[in-house]
Amino acid sequence: MNGGRLRRRESMVAVTFLLPSAIGFALFYLIPFGMGLVYSVMDRTVGGSFVGLSNYQELISSDSFHKAASNTFWFTVVNVPLMILLSLGVALALNRNLYLRQWLRTAFVLPLVVPVASVVMVWQVLFDWNGSLNAWLHSVGLEQVDWMKSAWARGVISVFYLWKHIGYNIILFLAGLQSIPRDYYETAALEGAGRWRQWYGITLVYLTPTMVFVVLMSIMNTFKIFRETYLIAGDYPHDSIYTLQHYMNNMFLAMDVQKLSAAATLMVIGIYIIVTMLLRFEKRYTQFME
Amino acid sequence: MKKTGVLRNLSVTLMIACIGLMMLLPIVITFTNSFMTEHEIIGNYGLVGQMSLAVQGESPAFVNLKLIPDWLSFEQYGNVLLATPTYLFMLWNSVAMVVSIIAGQTVVGALAAYAFAKLRFKGREGWFRVYLLTMLMPFQVTLVPNYIIADKLRLMNTAGAIILPGIFAAFGVFMLRQFMLSIPHALVEAAQMDGAGHYRIFYRIMLPLMKPGIAALIVLLFVDYWNMVEQPLIFLEDAFKQPLSLYLSRIHKEAQGIGFAASMVYMTPMVLLFIYAESYFIEGVQMSGIKG
Repeated sequence: MNGGRLRRRESMVAVTFLLPSAIGFALFYLIPFGMGLVYSVMDRTVGGSFVGLSNYQELISSDSFHKAASNTFWFTVVNVPLMILLSLGVALALNRNLYLRQWLRTAFVLPLVVPVASVVMVWQVLFDWNGSLNAWLHSVGLEQVDWMKSAWARGVISVFYLWKHIGYNIILFLAGLQSIPRDYYETAALEGAGRWRQWYGITLVYLTPTMVFVVLMSIMNTFKIFRETYLIAGDYPHDSIYTLQHYMNNMFLAMDVQKLSAAATLMVIGIYIIVTMLLRFEKRYTQFME
Repeated sequence: MKKTGVLRNLSVTLMIACIGLMMLLPIVITFTNSFMTEHEIIGNYGLVGQMSLAVQGESPAFVNLKLIPDWLSFEQYGNVLLATPTYLFMLWNSVAMVVSIIAGQTVVGALAAYAFAKLRFKGREGWFRVYLLTMLMPFQVTLVPNYIIADKLRLMNTAGAIILPGIFAAFGVFMLRQFMLSIPHALVEAAQMDGAGHYRIFYRIMLPLMKPGIAALIVLLFVDYWNMVEQPLIFLEDAFKQPLSLYLSRIHKEAQGIGFAASMVYMTPMVLLFIYAESYFIEGVQMSGIKG
């Protein structure tokens, strides 16, 4: 048969489907990224000359970059697993025959659709120096805490992150749980597998694709937390919540294109490594499922 | 069900319900407080951000978080909608930008997603990986080049600088491709047997089946762009061209009184859209997450 020709025709069709997206994607994402890569090894944006990795050297020796990079790193490393644990926990609970199940699910999902800017005020009322949380602390005889201007700010931003995005992950996990056939558990029980054995032998294995998806989305959302931080704390928040995005934003305002581009490149390399590892991990685990 | 099962279910329900109530608290506070008079709001929350006034040694004063207003008043809604024309102006900006982005990204994304999910071509996985990576990158990564390109295309200080990158963002392609993977490939093959071409299959078979996926995408995009802060801050200098999200963050500092009511007007379209599309939204999100 003429499989080769068919294959070629399909490629042509694919090009027409991809074209609208590809043009705009190249113009607004790929080319800019390439330009950034070039800037990161030049000494000036216009008419500069090649300076190798000296921008990177300068960047790595900068304290504020260190601070920003480690904050971003730790925020993701701490909050993504925390998010997984909590959302999986709630999903497991909601997967039982709970009363008011639909209502409860909606309660968890609703924060997702509430615009950040509209709850910032509540957040300020809660976490301000004169705020409600401190009022409660004071009433039980504890010291006031300056939530947004101390290391506690990390915790506050974490709570905001978990509050906002947990619903999305709960929905995904619920779908994952419901897609596992019941009879797997029955068979396992007949063969004498205990509860824990069933949990990590069936539930966890079959949740792997969902898990990878949830981790990807959660990572993406930890980067989006910049917006919340910005709305609550402005351009220069407390040191403990100063992220790479703040750094890049400020480098932009300071017109330091070289540092900005070098930082951006390093960040993308970091994201690339994480994504590659995740997809490898998924491939390895889903092999067991067939 | 056994008696212990009922008891257990009840206690789990109670626990989850407690957490659920806490999740709703910020929304409920915003809602009820929006009916307070300006006088009451300033009286309760005037202390926010006034740390410098607190003298050492003096006994501390706190805000007074209240759920139920003393008087039910629509004063603040009136102030928001009538007294400040900028508010309506910016609400319109938000609507115009968000609707264009959603329409564009859905169409462009659905087409590309079909190629990635259902067609075979060279470099498919590699290109998809590029889209995925771009989706994860924060906006700041390509800030400078984007600025230069917007300048070259004469988009600076126009809504186009926000809308065009929005239309071509990778998220739509990613979400809809994930969703399409869950639609059996046999459907495409069967249609091909009957002599249908890919354009026809896309339009007649895929699009109708994709309703939940598209609904989920629309809700997620709406949330994301309705909230946007970074892009307009950089690309739109004139206040009257900016969306409401920027205005709100200013209002919380400058005009505390109308903050809650303005927030309500701002979140209501979003919440209504969600309630209207909830079942589609959930189905769409769920199907997008099943295939890796």
